[in-house]
Amino acid sequence: MNQDLKIDARIAFDDFSLDVSHHSRLDGITGLFGPSGCGKSTMLRIIAGLERKAHGQVTFDGETWLDTTRNHFVEPHLRGVGYVFQEARLFPHLTVLGNLRFSEKRSRHLGTAIKLDDVIDALDLSELLSRTTTSLSGGERQRVAIARTLLTRPRLLLMDEPLSALDFRRKAAIIPYIERLPDLFEIPIIYVTHAIDEVARLVDRLLVLEDGRKMAEGPVHDVLERLDLQSSTGRFEAGVVLEAIVSAHDETFNLTHLTCCGQTITMPELDIPVGLPVRLRIRARDVALATSRPAGLSIRNVLEGIIAEIVEEPNTAFAETRVDIGGAGLRARITRASVADLGLKEGGPVFALVKSISFDRRGL
Amino acid sequence: MATISIETITVPDLSPLWLSIQLATVTTIALLLLGTPLSWWLAHTRSRLKAPIEAITALPLVLPPTVIGFYFLVFLSPQSLLGSAWISITGETLTFSFTGLVVASIVYSMPFMVQPLQSAFELIGRAPLEAAATLRASPFDAFRSVAAPMALRAYISAIVLTFAHTIGEFGVVLMVGGNIPGSTKVISIAIYEHVETINYADAHVLSAILIAFSFLVLLFVYAANKRFPLSVG
Repeated sequence: MNQDLKIDARIAFDDFSLDVSHHSRLDGITGLFGPSGCGKSTMLRIIAGLERKAHGQVTFDGETWLDTTRNHFVEPHLRGVGYVFQEARLFPHLTVLGNLRFSEKRSRHLGTAIKLDDVIDALDLSELLSRTTTSLSGGERQRVAIARTLLTRPRLLLMDEPLSALDFRRKAAIIPYIERLPDLFEIPIIYVTHAIDEVARLVDRLLVLEDGRKMAEGPVHDVLERLDLQSSTGRFEAGVVLEAIVSAHDETFNLTHLTCCGQTITMPELDIPVGLPVRLRIRARDVALATSRPAGLSIRNVLEGIIAEIVEEPNTAFAETRVDIGGAGLRARITRASVADLGLKEGGPVFALVKSISFDRRGL
Repeated sequence: MATISIETITVPDLSPLWLSIQLATVTTIALLLLGTPLSWWLAHTRSRLKAPIEAITALPLVLPPTVIGFYFLVFLSPQSLLGSAWISITGETLTFSFTGLVVASIVYSMPFMVQPLQSAFELIGRAPLEAAATLRASPFDAFRSVAAPMALRAYISAIVLTFAHTIGEFGVVLMVGGNIPGSTKVISIAIYEHVETINYADAHVLSAILIAFSFLVLLFVYAANKRFPLSVG
């Protein structure tokens, strides 16, 4: 864990170019996020050595993989990078077990810290081993692909939208496997996605790309909170990630109380012990603002805060606001008319009414 | 006119059949070794030379065998650079010899090996090879353990087509090899000679053997192909 990745690379295609400079210490899951066609996959392929036309430098853990000034290029099979492709890319002439053994026997000399049986258990594959790859469902294929990649005993695991071809239920079935990987096998992961729910659920640090350029980078809650990323995150899905602690359970009404920034948030009962952290995601469109604490309202979560920023969107009905609720930020998408009617101003006190919250049980 | 009756059927000299099988086997093995890298290169290159080289390998499909045979005769003859060099190394001529037949057959049967393999490699594409590379397989390892098994069906058809086409070759062999028993007199030439000398009985026997042999080879291949269906992609 904790390896340095330094990348300063450029590549040009007929209709698209990528120019990214990025240096970070990889730990846990790093998200690479942005709209389709922004260069996420290309950046991953440059790290893996699959884009031979890339210029610049790539260094990982003190080892230079690419340096075009010195004409230096390390072949992809010598980099020790595991790559989970969007379309699984299982070998059709081998069974599930054959696919797993393909990588296992080519990495056995690197030590057996990752064992075939452990990986089969971790991804729940024991029932599938003798199946042909063409008989698997999409979710099963991706689990086999992840297992096969882990068995290369990689130093760095790259995952390129591994869930994008799956429906909601299959996604939900695989995500728990993915979020356990960094701790279970001690491998840093770079996870490419354009789905904000996967980012909120899985990612610790986030790198946002847009049109082949780096837009933002940092801890996931900081990045998602910032207003200038609207075009990347998409207005409808834009929101923030907050950290909260389970403070109490209410058996009578089946509710769970959480503490976040010194304020209380109530959610339908969560099966998480008191004292443990959870991660909450609140979308900007699910937050309304009021200038006084409202009475006679069914919404339970009303948070006090100060308006930190108001950005009116020209030629639309809407304005994006950022509300400081005591250390963390909330985003609220309201109409420009409301801003005028309520006399909302930056620095003014406000109550944020949260209509809906999604959560992630993972510890922070 | 000869009439066919049971008494007149005797087993003719079968050495032309063995010679044909030898020639086809050697040619097929040589083309496997030469055709694999060539078709791999054609399937993956973005070079400008791709189209001209594809055209050259396909030439034997459209040219009359006599044209190819004629140029082989010119370029392999003892007066030519290649032919005289070969004589000084081996003491034998390339024309009217088994070696010369092999060289000519390799060129003549090339498209039957290269075209099925090239389209299989193109169909397989880069994706499985990239996957193999990220699973620590070197390029050669990826070819051996991923691309070649995925192209198994194409290999079977390429081998059968090359072998059968070499067995059935006539024009090039006649021009380059002539008709030397035990050296260049292959089965198609022997049949031609029997017909020319109105020895229809022997022509019938050799022709029937060739039909039965070809049928059995093709039957085996199609049956095996059906039994082990291998999907690509």
